[in-house]
Amino acid sequence: MAAMAEAGIAAPARLRPWWRDPLPWAAAALAALVLGMARLEPLFAALFPALDRPLYAQSTFLALFVSHVVLVALSSAVSLAVGLAAGIFVTRPAGREFRPLVDTLVAIGQTVPPVAVLAIAAPLIGFGAAPALIALALYGLLPIVRGTVAGLESVPAEVLDAASGLGLSAWQRLWHAELPLALPVLLAGVRTSVIVNIGTATVASTVGASTLGSPIIVGLSGYNTAYVIQGALVVGLLAIVTDLAFERAGRRLGRWRQVG
Amino acid sequence: MIRLDSIGKSYGGVQAVDGVSLHIARGEFVLLIGASGSGKSTLLKMINRLVEFDRGTLTFDGADIRTLKPEDLRRRLGYAIQSTGLFPHWTVARNIATVPRLLGWPAARTAARVDELLTLLNLDPATYRGRWPHQLSGGQQQRVGVARALAADPEVLLMDEPFGALDPPGRAAMQAEMARIHQSTGKTIVMVTHDIDEALRLATRIVLMDRGRIVQAGTPAQLLEQPASEFVSDFFGRGEIGLKRLGLHGVAGILRGVEETEGPPVSASLTQREALSMMLLRRTDRLAVVGDDGRLLGTVLLRDLVLRGPDGRDG
Repeated sequence: MAAMAEAGIAAPARLRPWWRDPLPWAAAALAALVLGMARLEPLFAALFPALDRPLYAQSTFLALFVSHVVLVALSSAVSLAVGLAAGIFVTRPAGREFRPLVDTLVAIGQTVPPVAVLAIAAPLIGFGAAPALIALALYGLLPIVRGTVAGLESVPAEVLDAASGLGLSAWQRLWHAELPLALPVLLAGVRTSVIVNIGTATVASTVGASTLGSPIIVGLSGYNTAYVIQGALVVGLLAIVTDLAFERAGRRLGRWRQVG
Repeated sequence: MIRLDSIGKSYGGVQAVDGVSLHIARGEFVLLIGASGSGKSTLLKMINRLVEFDRGTLTFDGADIRTLKPEDLRRRLGYAIQSTGLFPHWTVARNIATVPRLLGWPAARTAARVDELLTLLNLDPATYRGRWPHQLSGGQQQRVGVARALAADPEVLLMDEPFGALDPPGRAAMQAEMARIHQSTGKTIVMVTHDIDEALRLATRIVLMDRGRIVQAGTPAQLLEQPASEFVSDFFGRGEIGLKRLGLHGVAGILRGVEETEGPPVSASLTQREALSMMLLRRTDRLAVVGDDGRLLGTVLLRDLVLRGPDGRDG
């Protein structure tokens, strides 16, 4: 039964011809847009004849793309490290009491809009990438802590009993049994966190961080719809490619799981 | 091998285990039995320190277990539980290899041991080695659970209601496996169960518990024939004790010479209880008995089942 169900779910993905897989197409479109935005200038000129400069040219889209990705990667790495540590800590016997406190702190981090964090952080530590990094890391913490805790709590009690009873130490149990079994749920949390941060990083350009949000912000304040579209297209595609990649990774991780 | 001396444990004022003393010798197959909440499972988990006791002493192989590191102690005590607790993200082979890997065995030795254990538990190594736990039936999972517990050749095997979740045929098959493994390896086995027939079938000694105390400990025959209290005879089902006693003994002990019988012969491995049941079914008072090789060994008579002692003595 289980084997059949597994085949039923997994087979279409395996048998699907590569050209029907959306990931390579989305990735190719993203690369083409990032590298070849300048070539689309005639198109934007035709679409928006009223605009003097229909193509955002203060920096290349490649540079914006790279700094956007670096900002998201760094902030997500911080969120992941802090969130994972917090999630593991509050599920250990020693840290159980801190669970409500951590839940509250993380929820506050999520409630305060990133724009507000940026507004507070910028005067304190100056403009640029640093306040953006802090705001994004805080904002991305909640899904990761939630995912870590939910993942660790989903590990069956009898697996923990067996692991201890067979003589795994607390660390070995965490590393060999708990984290691998929590990984699919944990990964879902990371996926949410990263996708949200890809979108939120656009707002970070308001405090001077150079991101794919820069053409959007400049376009909005200067009534230049073409800039907004150019920035939004690239950010949107980046989010789609990242989401598809996470989905692919999650499916690979869950291959041992019982389906249904 | 394992000596418990006045062991006690209370949870919030309630005595889960209350002054238990028990000596388990090497090679024994001890069944801890009792109702839910009798403390049998807690007692078992004290032996590998999954539960710490607050009174008394517990020694394993002469050493106070509180002087041993829990992980080291547990690697010397195989552990199998009801729902198997197989690691779902590891293959069958990797699951069985858990303790050998913790002990740092070389890969070749571990792989050979995995195949040996799969064979011991009647699972074809080539077929099952690479499977995931969710691809196995409940009975197969439990075989793998037992193989994993036996992997590093532990001195003692602790089993917490290992076959509780299996259907009756699966349970009977696993009981037969355990009897065979106990006979062939001579391992000391301590098993928790609430299944009376399982206890009578497997135990060299039954320890009956109630409210954290040992009510009676002894061989299956002793508990059935000399119950220490009303509680013991009630527990084993007063109305069925006679039948259960017959179930402890094989027909081989009361065979008479070959006589003329009706119906097909029965196997010499039958218990006297099964022989009686067969007679009731066939409405006859005698059965022909054959050995594994099909050779006629003799006859079982109804009056011998009823009137003679179970081991053939005149009773």
